[in-house]
Amino acid sequence: MENKPFSTQVCLDDFIPATDEEKEYMVSMRPSSTFFKDGIKRLKKNKIAVISFFIIVIITLAAIFAPMFWPYSYDQMLGVNPGQPVDNSFLNLAPFEYGQSEIARMEAGESVVPHIFGTDSQGRDYFIRVVYGTRISLAVGFFASIIVLLIGLAVGSVSGYAGGKVDLIIMRIVDIIYSLPDMLMVILLASVLKMVLDNALEGTVLSKIGSNILSLFIVFGLLYWVSMARLIRGQILSLKEQEYVLAARAAGAGGKWVIFKHLIPNCFSVIIISTALQIPSAIFTESYLSFLGLGVNAPMPSLGSLASDALNGLSSYPSRLVIPAVVISLIVLSLNLFGDGLRDAFDPKLNS
Amino acid sequence: MSEQQKNDNLVEIRHLKEYFNVNVGFFKSRPLKAVDDVSFTIKRGETLGLVGESGCGKTTVGRTILNLYKPTSGEIIYDGKPIKSKSDIKGFRKKATMVFQDPYSSLNPRMTVSDIIAEPLDVHDMYKSKEERRERILELMGYVGLNSEHASRYAHEFSGGQRQRIGIARSLAINPEFIVCDEPVSALDVSIQAQVINMFDELQEKLGLTYLFIAHDLLVVRHISDRIAVMYLGKLVELADAKEIYDHPQHPYSKSLLSAVPVPDPKTARANKRIVLSGDIPSPLNAPSGCPFRTRCAYATAKCAEAMPELKEISSGHFAACNIL
Ligand SMILES: Nc1ncnc2c1ncn2[C@@H]1O[C@H](COP(=O)(O)OP(=O)(O)O)[C@@H](O)[C@H]1O
Ligand code: SF4
Ligand SMILES: [Mg+2]
Repeated sequence: MENKPFSTQVCLDDFIPATDEEKEYMVSMRPSSTFFKDGIKRLKKNKIAVISFFIIVIITLAAIFAPMFWPYSYDQMLGVNPGQPVDNSFLNLAPFEYGQSEIARMEAGESVVPHIFGTDSQGRDYFIRVVYGTRISLAVGFFASIIVLLIGLAVGSVSGYAGGKVDLIIMRIVDIIYSLPDMLMVILLASVLKMVLDNALEGTVLSKIGSNILSLFIVFGLLYWVSMARLIRGQILSLKEQEYVLAARAAGAGGKWVIFKHLIPNCFSVIIISTALQIPSAIFTESYLSFLGLGVNAPMPSLGSLASDALNGLSSYPSRLVIPAVVISLIVLSLNLFGDGLRDAFDPKLNS
Repeated sequence: MSEQQKNDNLVEIRHLKEYFNVNVGFFKSRPLKAVDDVSFTIKRGETLGLVGESGCGKTTVGRTILNLYKPTSGEIIYDGKPIKSKSDIKGFRKKATMVFQDPYSSLNPRMTVSDIIAEPLDVHDMYKSKEERRERILELMGYVGLNSEHASRYAHEFSGGQRQRIGIARSLAINPEFIVCDEPVSALDVSIQAQVINMFDELQEKLGLTYLFIAHDLLVVRHISDRIAVMYLGKLVELADAKEIYDHPQHPYSKSLLSAVPVPDPKTARANKRIVLSGDIPSPLNAPSGCPFRTRCAYATAKCAEAMPELKEISSGHFAACNIL
């Protein structure tokens, strides 16, 4: 039908039913994308998170692999060789300086791996000590977070799912632990456990790891699960009201099914994010405990104990404090930034 | 009662009560009578429509019948057998299911469509091989007009109507006899509502299903229901054949509900004056004594405040609970 220009008459051609092909075109959907893929895509767009991720990866790889090809070991005093007088020229070297015997070897045409961070007051290569310290710090951060995660997840999901009296009792316990001054508790527990464990561990494999590290894990396990448990309980409380949970129960599913198939997968992003954010806080705690002398057993270094040792010669050798401090900051900062990136990518709601 | 007659009633509920304890202030809780002494039966193969304003306890009735909430008191009799013990409930779960109101929160966002639909099969271990499971999923998707391409997708990729179809397919997975449909179309666009209701109708015919079909307006349940029950504030106020309740509503509340239904024919529309209720529905926490409707009823008398009028049969198969009838 012809339509006059400027006429307000409806054009009937617009109302012809769609053909099958047109309908087919309308129903074709975009390629399937999972929640996980979407999240990764968003994460990749976040430059700061990507850079932080690479810094973490590089530091981790270095901590794992550098000791394999570095010629010095963390407890080797370079000036001390069996059957020879102690060579004092190896003590307190500045970065890229060499001991006397090394200079002699270099003049003879041998190549010598430089002490890029110098040596410490006992003539040990400082670079490898920092690498070992990083290793310890990362391992403590990682495993402590896993412990926190496991305890928090178990307690939080049981409390949230069971509700009622169980929830009430668990949450009051959580409140009590939460209200303890945690720094004080950590120090008290660490020093008490140190004595207890020292005796208990004597002669076992675990004594090599050191009673301090173990007591650190116990302290984490005892104290820091509470915020994780609270977080997960809150998530589960709101998730269990969702109708898909009711649908599962209507289908005859029990508590275990509901928790593992519905509740935990749906707070997975929260779990990952808060675990990622837990690691730097564990590293931080380990560092200050080591700084206070409650950390790893000597001669094993950690970043905190390196910083603590450096205090003695602070005015002459400031680099020995600066280097571990920078490494700690770098690790903690990039983990935090990466954790924030994860949160933004996977759980925009949480960002408040 | 002969055996045959007895099994005509697939679902029978007697004096069903569901009280929730709600906290009012510190350490004080009061019972909220979400469902208060409701009795009705649903015959095999029939659809009973359940209507009432939102908050009147329809969802609670549906969920309590399925034992998703433990009844405060009262009996649920399914196929002649009371459902009480854990093992009764376990068997009952393989025969009765539910379709939910909210097509968004009723599908787990982390599961694919095929896993959602197969969940009841997985819970009950109802297949022998992966192949059998897959075939069953495709069959179920066919019932509700989804195509196999949709199986590996996630729920958020679908429209409300399609999501509701996924939910319906899930409820069909166990080959149920009885389905509680809790406002299955009220979250959907009007244009899609009719499609989905027609689908319920076809499925009922094909699979011999029995429905309790909940809706908050009468228009929706009109076509699909054989009989209609009207609820107000946790109580059943009227129950009759669908046509009967449309043509001759008796309870003052049903009358006002029906007067609010738009009628396609303008002549009848003018003849039926709209009855506008004054005031709001009272909170079920402080429900009025006696007849729950008396605060808004034009015919209320002193007697109405004394006791809840009984559900009386005022004509064959037509029940109403009101003092003036
Ligand atoms: N789990 C619950 N706990 C406490 N009160 C509830 C719960 N579920 C429903 N109610 C209350 O019961 C009443 C009836 O709710 P519902 O059955 O959902 O009504 P409808 O489905 O008719 O809208 C409402 O007042 C509601 O607040
Ligand atoms: S019993 Fe009384 S208050 Fe209730 S509906 Fe009838 S007339 Fe109205
Ligand atoms: Mg409802």
